[in-house]
Amino acid sequence: MAALTDARVALGRTGSSQPTAAALAFTLDHARARDAVHRPADFDGLEAALQQRGLASLRADSAAQDRLTYLARPDLGRRLSDESRDQLAALRSRPVVDLAIVVADGLSSRALDHVPALLDALLADLTPEGWTLAPVILAAQARVALGDEVGALLKARMVLLLVGERPGLSSPDSLGAYLTYAPRVGLSDAARNCVSNIRPAGLVPAQAAFKIAWLMRQARRLQLTGVALKDESSTDHLVSVTPEAVRLPADSPLEKNKSGK
Amino acid sequence: MNRWTYPDLKTLMAKASPLRSGDVLAGLAAETAEENVLAKMSLADVPLKRFLAEPLVPYDEDEVTRLILDSHDAAAFAPVSHMTVGQFRDWLLSDAADTAALAQLAPGLTPEMVAAVSKLMRNQDLILAAKKVTVVTRFRDTIGLPGRLSTRLQPNHPTDDPKGVAASMLDGLLLGSGDAVIGVNPASDNLATLGDLMRLLDEAIQRFQIPTQSCILTHVTSSIELINRGAPVDLVFQSIAGTQAANASFGVDLAVLREGLDAGRSLGRGTVGDNLMYFETGQGSALSAGAHHGVDQQTLEARAYGVARAFAPLLVNTVVGFIGPEYLYDGKQIIRAGLEDHFCGKLLGLPLGCDVCYTNHAQADQDDMDTLLTLLATAEVTFIMGVPGADDIMLNYQSTSFHDALYVRELLGLRRAPEFEAWMSQVGLADAAGRLSADAGRHPLLELLS
Repeated sequence: MAALTDARVALGRTGSSQPTAAALAFTLDHARARDAVHRPADFDGLEAALQQRGLASLRADSAAQDRLTYLARPDLGRRLSDESRDQLAALRSRPVVDLAIVVADGLSSRALDHVPALLDALLADLTPEGWTLAPVILAAQARVALGDEVGALLKARMVLLLVGERPGLSSPDSLGAYLTYAPRVGLSDAARNCVSNIRPAGLVPAQAAFKIAWLMRQARRLQLTGVALKDESSTDHLVSVTPEAVRLPADSPLEKNKSGK
Repeated sequence: MNRWTYPDLKTLMAKASPLRSGDVLAGLAAETAEENVLAKMSLADVPLKRFLAEPLVPYDEDEVTRLILDSHDAAAFAPVSHMTVGQFRDWLLSDAADTAALAQLAPGLTPEMVAAVSKLMRNQDLILAAKKVTVVTRFRDTIGLPGRLSTRLQPNHPTDDPKGVAASMLDGLLLGSGDAVIGVNPASDNLATLGDLMRLLDEAIQRFQIPTQSCILTHVTSSIELINRGAPVDLVFQSIAGTQAANASFGVDLAVLREGLDAGRSLGRGTVGDNLMYFETGQGSALSAGAHHGVDQQTLEARAYGVARAFAPLLVNTVVGFIGPEYLYDGKQIIRAGLEDHFCGKLLGLPLGCDVCYTNHAQADQDDMDTLLTLLATAEVTFIMGVPGADDIMLNYQSTSFHDALYVRELLGLRRAPEFEAWMSQVGLADAAGRLSADAGRHPLLELLS
């Protein structure tokens, strides 16, 4: 039975209760998911990894000052702090770029471990096509819509925001990628495309990069993202690409009507 | 004494609500602890009749308000029509409010009235009053009898893999889960996939003559389409909320829910009754849809029950901790909300169950869930979820396990629905008292996986 699903089946029982080993295994997985939510992202390490790849980066903070505020106030996680907004505004004299990349901690710092592998594959694909890039923004206490403000300040034609997704008990390290054309404050989720569940045991980074690059080229050609941009990159991947509006993003309450929860 | 003033009833209701993050996020919560209690005191003096005269969401703008007021039963309301909210609390806790009196009263209550009185009640009040209410519904078995607790078997799988779903379903049946419904949240919206899942569940139920019902929790319009295509649909599912605008964000209105009910009944698949709607709700859904009209989330949740009761549902499930900490921050808020929802739903005459649950970014853990489960079971909640090991690998949240149901049955002597209990005994899964058999390892049900 257990070979047929990753669900916690065939646990056995002692009286009415779960055996000790099963109970402790669950507790360990929950502890890991909690740590993924609350452990600060290692932006120093990520900055060094980007530097090795010749990518400049800048730090930014959302208006949520700490983790507990971030969890309770999604509105604050979608806006830059005053200080970060001033810093990015100072870059306005730079020319328009094709792409701004934002790395947001979101709800899983562990997910950011997959960012270098994803960017390696993505940039190997895009660099020969001459895409111009803004400095990579490393954003703390940040939700998906923060990319809109960043992208607008950096004068980017589109913004790719990579974010730690809400951790599941068996998937605490899932990374999401949100692509938004013509980013500006106030866009709804229907204006984005999402590639979800990026992790070694899910959609592996190389496959995710393939999908993201496909979406970016289409976005550039059609000058839009969102529900009007349907993924037809291929049909044989593990996880389909859907507009964010029909997915469960890391930063908005789960839409119970979509999947019945 | 009260230096705060309230421009209207909905503001008073919001200020009187026990603290929760969603009301803070909406800018509706009391700003101090004192303001919160003084608002409760003001609310205690509000006549129940005022809720009929002063809709919290405008009648002209909202079909849920129109449904609530147009279907109000003045004769049923008469016994309490002279009371204030505070007097109503006292009456609910008195011996006069027995099971029969509460059943007669239900059509005379509006969601706003029961939400208001819940705000004056402590957890023990919510438990005691709800326990006095009996709501019985039927499809292929009888759910909600006193001393009974049912479970929804929830065998979800991240890719809707039939073998994976079957394995979790079998695990649950062997552990005595599933007398409320065997219900799958599909990952896919694809009609062919949904139809395959329906047939998978239906074949298991038919083959082993299990006195229960199946449900694929997909949009009501998909269920209607599947019925038109001849799929074996038992229960028709839909998520609902407490305002017309929030329901619109779910892609439904009252008319399409009526279509869903009619389509389900046209199949005549129930054997002991025709309650066949399955609704899910949860505090915060209206705010998350930007459709809250300045009304607090607990009152809006009660209004969702006002929607549900128009459709004679088999099951109504408040998915209390699923929405996340921006609406219910921690274990304390989730526990309180679960007890409020159960009380309000039962008082309005609904078969209210609870998905006792939390997400990994909420400040909650299994101990909080044990507390809420135990409290709800003492209040005789209609049903809870049964998820393998409490870990839903499709929806990425933690609910109650098959073992959790066994625990609370053993603790409080709660039995399964009578038809399901008899079936378990007949096929050797349990004894006549409902205790699981020691050796289910070679049970014929295992053929489900072959």
